[in-house]
Amino acid sequence: MNTATLAAAGVSRTRRGAPWGRRLLILAAWLVFVLFLLLPLLIVINEALKQGFGTFFAAILEPDAVAALKLTLIAVGISVPLNLVFGVAAAWCVSKYEFRGKSILVTLIDLPFSVSPVIAGLIYVLLFGAQGWFGPWLMDRDIQIVFAVPGIVLATLFVTVPFVARELIPLMQEQGTQEEEAARLLGASGWQMFWHVTLPNIRWGLIYGVVLCTARAMGEFGAVSVVSGHIRGLTNTLPLHVEILYNEYNHVAAFSVASLLLALALLILLLKQWSEARINRLKAAAAQE
Amino acid sequence: MSRPSPVIPGFGLTLGYTLVYLSLLVLIPLGALFIKSTELTWEQFVAIVSAPRVLAALKLSFGAALAAALLNGVIGTLLAWVLVRYRFPGRKVIEAMIDLPFALPTAVAGIALTALYAPNGPIGQFATELGFKIAYSPLGIALALTFVTLPFVVRTLQPVLADIPREVEEAATCLGARPWQIARHVLLPALLPAWLTGFALAFARGVGEYGSVIFIAGNMPGKTEILPLLIMVKLDQYDYAGATAIGVLMLVVSFVLLLVINLLQRRIARG
Repeated sequence: MNTATLAAAGVSRTRRGAPWGRRLLILAAWLVFVLFLLLPLLIVINEALKQGFGTFFAAILEPDAVAALKLTLIAVGISVPLNLVFGVAAAWCVSKYEFRGKSILVTLIDLPFSVSPVIAGLIYVLLFGAQGWFGPWLMDRDIQIVFAVPGIVLATLFVTVPFVARELIPLMQEQGTQEEEAARLLGASGWQMFWHVTLPNIRWGLIYGVVLCTARAMGEFGAVSVVSGHIRGLTNTLPLHVEILYNEYNHVAAFSVASLLLALALLILLLKQWSEARINRLKAAAAQE
Repeated sequence: MSRPSPVIPGFGLTLGYTLVYLSLLVLIPLGALFIKSTELTWEQFVAIVSAPRVLAALKLSFGAALAAALLNGVIGTLLAWVLVRYRFPGRKVIEAMIDLPFALPTAVAGIALTALYAPNGPIGQFATELGFKIAYSPLGIALALTFVTLPFVVRTLQPVLADIPREVEEAATCLGARPWQIARHVLLPALLPAWLTGFALAFARGVGEYGSVIFIAGNMPGKTEILPLLIMVKLDQYDYAGATAIGVLMLVVSFVLLLVINLLQRRIARG
């Protein structure tokens, strides 16, 4: 061992403080991790496979489960793109311009995060339910929103409004407007500037926001539960299907469908980790310049 | 900060789209809730929200959310500290898994925690031996809320903690400060605003949380029934006035919390 590494070891020892205190804290963190995060995850898998793979696959391939998966995909497929476009537009006007009431607008964008999901469902029942404001009008025209697919999509949209905007706003504020201004002065049109300058810069933040938005859209329970008619095979999303199976004491099937959602959640964590690493790498590169 | 920039197009388009989208999806429906509640007289409103069953749910929801936020304040600080300051085996795994509660659908979390803490479950059986219940009691509700709000304190503390230069602590040590003096005079002032933000976010989410709680709660009226569930119960009974009144009450509390969070975040931004 040369003197440089010895010196480095000495420095790191003094910097890290008493080793026993450090070990104790690390051990405590591991305990918290196992108790609060790992055990819930393991028990889902354990309960799902209790009666073997046969029952597991039967539960997730059953027609009602497949219909629930389809409805979840519809809700995600509509709400994520709409909130993606909204997020880019909102982040654009908040980060590129100064105007009165901007901080109020930012607060309003975040508003759905502080509203209980049950209330998110309730407001659409009050608007579009049979006794709601537009209820009679909709009934005359035989349009059903609440207790049907449109209500589920609306409720999912509501709870996932802020995700993309929230990731993009700080990122775009940090990047400023110089590159866009340069593009414009060099003769780029508005769309050219957006596609060739802005979008490459915000790409990873955008992916990060979309990943978080997808996670919430796929897993939303409270809001969707209020506006869903709880009709098997018709207005049940995957989380609602889990609830029905669980309440019927069909625990193995409930945990089988739940483990499908768990697998998706782990996939989402991986994607998140990956996009986060790309953002950090870009930031580090920008800091070096 | 960007200056007003006449060169960059799209201000009218993006601001207009943002306002229309937000109004249609969020602001007008929320406004409808408030307008609906004006159909009640003040006396009727007070009568609904001061019914014993509602008051019990109110106490439970806020109490459990507060307990969960406090517990997260402790274990969240521990996790953030260890993840930022130390390098150890498994650090990357823990770091990646911190966000599991946000990625995992709340219904899945709900049934998993119920299985874990039920009287015959892997952890619940120890409680049974000691003579108390975790699942189907307020304790279980608080633990479920702790799980779903776990990332808030960790994720708000981590960047602030990473930004505190180690040199400040080293200087304090060189000047003869004891570890608790460093904690009190160097770390606490720097971390407190972020800690409070994480705490408030966890608390606000806990008050409104539904999916993870209803499985573990047992849902006994007056005992283990949370406020959002009571809204569901009223809706199932077609008691729209009752649901609206409780909804307005919860919204007002959420707005106050949101205001507090914003003020705290502005203080952090100012440094």
